Amino acid sequence: MTTTTAFEVLGKKDTRSGFGEGLLEIGKKNKDVVALCADLTGSLKMNAFEDEFPERFFQVGIAEANMMGMAAGMTIGGKIPYTGTFANFSTGRVYDQIRQSIAYSNKNVKICASHAGLTLGEDGATHQILEDIGLMKMLPNMTVIVPCDFNQTKQATMAIADFVGPVYLRFGRPSVPIFMKPDADFVIGKADVLIEGTDVTIIACGHLVWKAIEAAAILAEKGISAEVINMHTIKPLDVQAILKSVAKTGCVVSAEEHMINGGLGDSVAQVIIQNNPVPQEYVGVNDTFGESGTPDELLVKYNIDTPNIVEAAQKVLQRKN
Amino acid sequence: MDTQELYGISTQVRRDIVRMVAGASSGHPGGSLGCADFMTLLYFDVLKHTPSAFDMNAKNEDVFYLSNGHISPVWYSVLARSGYFPVPELATFRKLSSRLQGHPSTDKNIPGVRMASGSLGQGLSCAIGTALTKKLNGDDALVYTLHGDGELQEGQIWEAAMYGAANKVDNVIATIDYNGRQIDGDVDDVLSLGNLSQKWQAFGWQVLEMNGHDIDDMKRTLAKAQSFVGHGKPIVIIMTTEMGQGVDYMMGTHKWHGNFPNPEQLEIALNQLEETLGDY
Repeated sequence: MTTTTAFEVLGKKDTRSGFGEGLLEIGKKNKDVVALCADLTGSLKMNAFEDEFPERFFQVGIAEANMMGMAAGMTIGGKIPYTGTFANFSTGRVYDQIRQSIAYSNKNVKICASHAGLTLGEDGATHQILEDIGLMKMLPNMTVIVPCDFNQTKQATMAIADFVGPVYLRFGRPSVPIFMKPDADFVIGKADVLIEGTDVTIIACGHLVWKAIEAAAILAEKGISAEVINMHTIKPLDVQAILKSVAKTGCVVSAEEHMINGGLGDSVAQVIIQNNPVPQEYVGVNDTFGESGTPDELLVKYNIDTPNIVEAAQKVLQRKN
Repeated sequence: MDTQELYGISTQVRRDIVRMVAGASSGHPGGSLGCADFMTLLYFDVLKHTPSAFDMNAKNEDVFYLSNGHISPVWYSVLARSGYFPVPELATFRKLSSRLQGHPSTDKNIPGVRMASGSLGQGLSCAIGTALTKKLNGDDALVYTLHGDGELQEGQIWEAAMYGAANKVDNVIATIDYNGRQIDGDVDDVLSLGNLSQKWQAFGWQVLEMNGHDIDDMKRTLAKAQSFVGHGKPIVIIMTTEMGQGVDYMMGTHKWHGNFPNPEQLEIALNQLEETLGDY
């Protein structure tokens, strides 16, 4: 991508490493933080926490259901358990355990999920969960957070320790641009307006936020002023940020590395439809499983790359006019 | 507490169970009746707890998880009778807006319940988690659980069993309600557990057995279980019971696992159970 974006790339790193660093740091600050992992310590970047706090780290083996139940039980007595495994095994595999022992019981468990979405890459569709945001946001009491880069994932990992209640924190495997400042404000439930614009609102989460920034640059060259919102908290949704932006732009594109059914875009649409019905286009995976490939290849093949956001923005603008 | 006094309480608990289930026209009386003696002993004589000042975090107090949440009537009865909440509230069981949900929940803040249960197989994992927190906190109190035998068909139980033994979680005392029956029939016919004692031993647990209707035997066995705490193995007690114990027509069958008595059947049941503490 040669287009100059509104944001400086500060480096490139995987968001899971942001989780690993955040976990270590919050572990030092908060003695009640404990961590559980289901045989993916290296993949989740939890080794540093394990080395520093062996007595507060629990290797549970390949037994995710037990891990979720244990995490719920550990809250009795004041611990703040962080569970770590792939997003697929953090949600779909253990949905009932989360539903009953964590969400319904309203336990202070932090479900930390790596390798979410297509960008897990070569492992293929068995591991590329694209339904997890929907599964988790449907659970009462559950807060759902999808940070956009290494720095924000680190911030979010630390912030959820101070937030009482069940949290689903979703991040990923590939190395992606870092563009959020390490000391930027991060408030759960408060979206970041990254680029201000007047023609179209692009609301994205996770890896697609950087793609949205790239898309905004391309759109600017075409004379289209795009506002880019990083909706890092899917639930509770920052309704005011959405309404304020669409009041100005009059149309919206949602962009996510997730199934269109049940994802961020659907949450945005609920807000739009009830408050200020304006055209919306979705960028997301359209009711299909993924497959093996490199992360970049997959984003292209499944139509969730930068050009898809550009195209969706142009289409929604036409519908507006 | 004196054994005869405990039997007197458990008779009242059985009255509460059949009246609650009849009053709600739904619920699970069979397993509830079968565990009435154990639950009475646990709540009136064994647990280190403060019913009048329920604390979710259970600091320096024993924790109990009912993993087979469908036998909520027996739990609610012993909770109320031991002072967690007013006994008359038992009349609200399974009714709209009640704190006494069909299966135990925490969302209405009923004192005594720390975890929702009902979807089976989850309580042992929760117990191990709480036991680990107690160890981290230097808290010597224990974590008790109760499970159905049919519930052991759930895979999560064995994940937890493996974890508990491998990590020497020796402050958990699990009890299995070994009544041999589940909703669809005898456990042996639905999905046999095989040699249950050997299974738990093979998983590395300290295994004890007791008669769930002999309070003296249970007192001895629970004392023995407590003596094993801190010896490097989690403890499981296989408790033989009769589903429906105390009401003749509910015994010897799986058919009262999840059925409620009609008014005539309720009358027959109550005639077999002495009112010792006063009905709600």
